[in-house]
Amino acid sequence: MPESIPETANSTLTSGNLHRSLSPRTLFNEVMTALAFLCGALALIPLLAVLSYVAIQGFSSLNFSVFTELPPPPMSQGGGFGNAIAGTLIMVGIAAAIAVPVGVLAAIYLTEFSDPHTVRWIRFATNVLSGVPSIIAGVFAYGIVVLTFVGLKWGSYSPIAGGVALAVLMLPIIVRTTDESLQLVPSEMRQAAVGLGATKFQTVWGVVLPAALPAIVTGTTLAVARASGETAPLIFTALFSPFWPQIWPPQQFIAPTASLAVLVYNFAIVPFKNQQQLAWAASLILVLMVLLTSIISRWAIRQRS
Amino acid sequence: MNTPAPNPAKIIRPPSQWDKSLDRGFIWLTRFFALAIAGILLWIAVQVTIQAAPAIQSSGLGFIFESTWDPVKDQYGVLPQIYGTMVSALIALILAVPIGVGTALLLSENFLPLPIRTVMVFLVELLAAIPSVVYGLWGIFVLIPILKEVGGWLHSQLGWIPFFNTPLAGPGMLPAGVVLAIMILPIITAISRDSLISLPPELRQASLGLGATRWETIFQVLIPAAISGIVGAVMLALGRAMGETMAVTMLIGNANNINISILAPANTIASLLASQFAEASGLQISSLMYAALILFLLTLLVNVLAELIVQKVKRI
Repeated sequence: MPESIPETANSTLTSGNLHRSLSPRTLFNEVMTALAFLCGALALIPLLAVLSYVAIQGFSSLNFSVFTELPPPPMSQGGGFGNAIAGTLIMVGIAAAIAVPVGVLAAIYLTEFSDPHTVRWIRFATNVLSGVPSIIAGVFAYGIVVLTFVGLKWGSYSPIAGGVALAVLMLPIIVRTTDESLQLVPSEMRQAAVGLGATKFQTVWGVVLPAALPAIVTGTTLAVARASGETAPLIFTALFSPFWPQIWPPQQFIAPTASLAVLVYNFAIVPFKNQQQLAWAASLILVLMVLLTSIISRWAIRQRS
Repeated sequence: MNTPAPNPAKIIRPPSQWDKSLDRGFIWLTRFFALAIAGILLWIAVQVTIQAAPAIQSSGLGFIFESTWDPVKDQYGVLPQIYGTMVSALIALILAVPIGVGTALLLSENFLPLPIRTVMVFLVELLAAIPSVVYGLWGIFVLIPILKEVGGWLHSQLGWIPFFNTPLAGPGMLPAGVVLAIMILPIITAISRDSLISLPPELRQASLGLGATRWETIFQVLIPAAISGIVGAVMLALGRAMGETMAVTMLIGNANNINISILAPANTIASLLASQFAEASGLQISSLMYAALILFLLTLLVNVLAELIVQKVKRI
């Protein structure tokens, strides 16, 4: 019964123990909690600001001709970036053709055949390689591909150079995701295969790799999506071109090639409204690509676990 | 069930010579590619050094302390670009470290229900997935107009501080630093959060059980225990900020001189490469390669240190 509690006891109970809001310690606690929420909000504001602005500007200038036409001259109507989409696909394709086999085989060595000491060193090198600035990958590809082609008198800038630069950036991502997904394959599966008399190659190729395949595909897709947004490695390896890429004959293939990312860069720094609008539309495509692949891969990982 | 049992003699046989050599070849192939990853790092260093050789011979170490970049007179030095790389990365860290660690704490402690935290972790990861050039485009059309207001206020109110003694005309060190802060925030948050989450729960329980409040626990127990992971995260972020190219090139103004004001245009090594490489020739190319070598070595140093710290944390 509330009446039976003496007045004084009641007040000490509430002010001393239950009602602690005036103590400096709890005040500090509340203030810091508010600050943590502020930090969380500040971290999310840029994401929402970028995504909403790109969506508004991008959708308003997106139409069908954007995918089929060539970049327009300044101050004219219409036009698109079909050649840049084709160029991006070609270069990302070349990059994946180099980086996926190398990366998957390297990761197989790490999880299946290596000793712990070597593994540590190679994982370390992989992590350091993923920290190499993307512009350095461009400089590297310039050195080994563009200058070689100049030396052979085959031309200079080419989608091959761009693809090599992108491959350097994709490689560590593919190694890491493949490495992780191979480690998740239960060792009983390997033991069972070896117990049935399979050789190491048969075990890896027929049992371990198929089990890890969905995760490897997810990782590769993420790497491809990231690579297609990279600009710095392309601006002096593939350059840009207002024309469609030529696949045949081969000497026509070794020529400056357009890409979506470089198109955004070139058209962002010009004062012409129509080209700026195309830059927004191209950004929207790049952002949608990474957004969708991120969400799908997240969903796929959730499904598996 | 209806399939007849295959003749076991047909399946059970020792591996043939072909199987054995295939096996050995496969292991060698994978070993070759694994070593190739480490090899690529070395190859990049060698390749860039070879290309930079003419510039290294003509200007030597003076290249680092020389502040003119003049393709007409063939005089090259990268002091302003090194300064710009360091200062823009520093501005980014000053902005991103408190916010990033704060967000990591928010997402590692039980401030919010788990589903909301999961979504927020994913959103912060997305921040890292947006292409650099898109941040640049957004920076030109959205961030710079906003920062012009802020910069104007800073200049008029605090103009007596050397850092604010020029007005912000458009591109400059501050917009570049802010956009870098946005881009490195996810790295700081993700790795700090990982190291906070991996702390043993006993630490929290013991501290709370002794009567500490939540934030006393965080400051006196959790952060000290996770500090090496947080430092590793900050180092990785520093490496990323120093090497980031496109967004910085589009926002920093590409002015090859040293200005103490963070509202003035500046340049970084990466954006020097991005803006000049395609049109360069002769000694200029070689000098750009020299600059690239310096950037490569700087980021390599920072990344190796960061990896060593992060690896040490993982082993504990």
